[in-house]
Amino acid sequence: MNDKKIRVLVAKPGLDGHDRGAKVIAAALRDAGMEVIYTGLHQTPEKIAATALQEDVDVVALSVLSGAHMTLFPRVVDLLQESGMTDVLVTGGGIIPAEDAETLQAKGVGRLFGPGTATTDAVEYIRAWFTDRGVGRSTE
Amino acid sequence: MTDSAGAPPLTQPLQDLLARFEAGEPFALARSISLVEDQAEGFESLLHALHDRLGRARRLGITGPPGAGKSTLTSALARLLRDAGETVGIIAVDPSSPFTGGALLGDRVRMDELATEPGIFIRSMASRGSHGGLSATTREAADLMDAFGFDRIILETVGVGQSELEIASQADTTVVVLVPESGDGIQAMKAGLMEVADLFVVNKADRPGADRLKKEIGIVNSLRTGGPQASVPAHHGVDLSRKSRPTPPPEPIEAWDPPVLMSVASSGEGLPELAAEVDRHHAWLRATGSLQSRRAAAAAEHARIVLERAVTRRGAEAWRAWIEEVGDDAGLAGRSPYETARILTARICRDAQ
Ligand SMILES: Nc1nc2c(ncn2[C@@H]2O[C@H](COP(=O)(O)OP(=O)(O)OP(=O)(O)O)[C@@H](O)[C@H]2O)c(=O)[nH]1
Ligand SMILES: [Mg+2]
Repeated sequence: MNDKKIRVLVAKPGLDGHDRGAKVIAAALRDAGMEVIYTGLHQTPEKIAATALQEDVDVVALSVLSGAHMTLFPRVVDLLQESGMTDVLVTGGGIIPAEDAETLQAKGVGRLFGPGTATTDAVEYIRAWFTDRGVGRSTE
Repeated sequence: MTDSAGAPPLTQPLQDLLARFEAGEPFALARSISLVEDQAEGFESLLHALHDRLGRARRLGITGPPGAGKSTLTSALARLLRDAGETVGIIAVDPSSPFTGGALLGDRVRMDELATEPGIFIRSMASRGSHGGLSATTREAADLMDAFGFDRIILETVGVGQSELEIASQADTTVVVLVPESGDGIQAMKAGLMEVADLFVVNKADRPGADRLKKEIGIVNSLRTGGPQASVPAHHGVDLSRKSRPTPPPEPIEAWDPPVLMSVASSGEGLPELAAEVDRHHAWLRATGSLQSRRAAAAAEHARIVLERAVTRRGAEAWRAWIEEVGDDAGLAGRSPYETARILTARICRDAQ
């Protein structure tokens, strides 16, 4: 019997004090049957990576509104790689210009969602990614 | 490798994981807990392989009503213990939605300052609504932390359901956290919550009503234990979740009378006193032999659940095969349910040979 659940870390890095977006996406993912670890405001990339490791999440979803996305996303990806979490999807949302999103994707970041996106898009994206990756990673 | 205890040998990936676990890689601990939560192929063999390493960690259960400050208290206590040189594993359990199976696990918000602390490992767990399975899963996750080498393990659960109380009561020491707001309801409070307590903490003591609540708990408590002068170890009173009662110590030793402490978890006030009382309780457990008997009872209860799990699994397998065999006729086929069950039980026994 294998009851693999999708585990997602929803984190809000940066110094700005708005976590409404993060809370909305956290609730949407929970309602879609996922287990969401929510950590609150002001998360540093180091905290995010350490939490992702301890919680053994499949997905890290970052809400970045501060404009620091070009440094935050790659830093989280690097830290995860360093700690051996090589099969984690790093995705997220915020006000991120298309060309920035492309640059980030080339660095190993997943799809990024703009402010107007329906939460169902993110849910579907994560589900599809999870299915594609398969559950065969369980002991690697 | 033939294992006399009967656990199937570990697959190569699990052997690799075990090696990384034994080398102290936190990643391996995290992944092992996931395997246990998912009941993934081979997880019981992994636990079996680590079984000899158990028994070193001291386990503390923290429970109480929603929002009482359990996570804040856990965080502050873990900080205190860490500063004193101990390593701490934390398991924080929150309910899964019975409708979607999803969960929002938010306890880490109050433990934020521990996120990157070396020697501290926090794991959030969703209850996943498994019958009796939750206490087995949390126990096995705690076992993994114990085997990994943590000095202390803290289990946080909301004290509302039977299974949550079971989790708390499998610890060496169980702390029940209440807040002044819970005062009015204390008489009506779920009986189990009062009975699992080795220690009471009135948290949010910065709010009005804390003193009154402390008194009320004292009264309810002395009715339960027969007062502080009782000469028989009260030891969780009539808690039914512990199947076998510890055998009384040879010499009469003072009973444990659950103390009622005050705290302001958000400022750290009262935390050193809490840590000291937890130590005092542990010393009492040792002195009376209760530690051994309590752990033995918890281990026996765990073995019972593991058996139940194995039987359920085999039952489900037999049922699946049966459905394939008889098709849609499973419930009909001219057989009574009892006859069907008898046939399948016989098969399960045969296959288990
Ligand atoms: N005034 C006051 N507030 C506190 C104290 N301890 C915790 N809080 C606050 O109470 C709220 C709930 O605290 P948590 O630690 O999340 O409580 P909890 O029992 O873990 O909550 P659940 O896990 O959701 O059941 C937070 O806003 C805390 O900051 C305290 O001693 N005094
Ligand atoms: Mg909590």
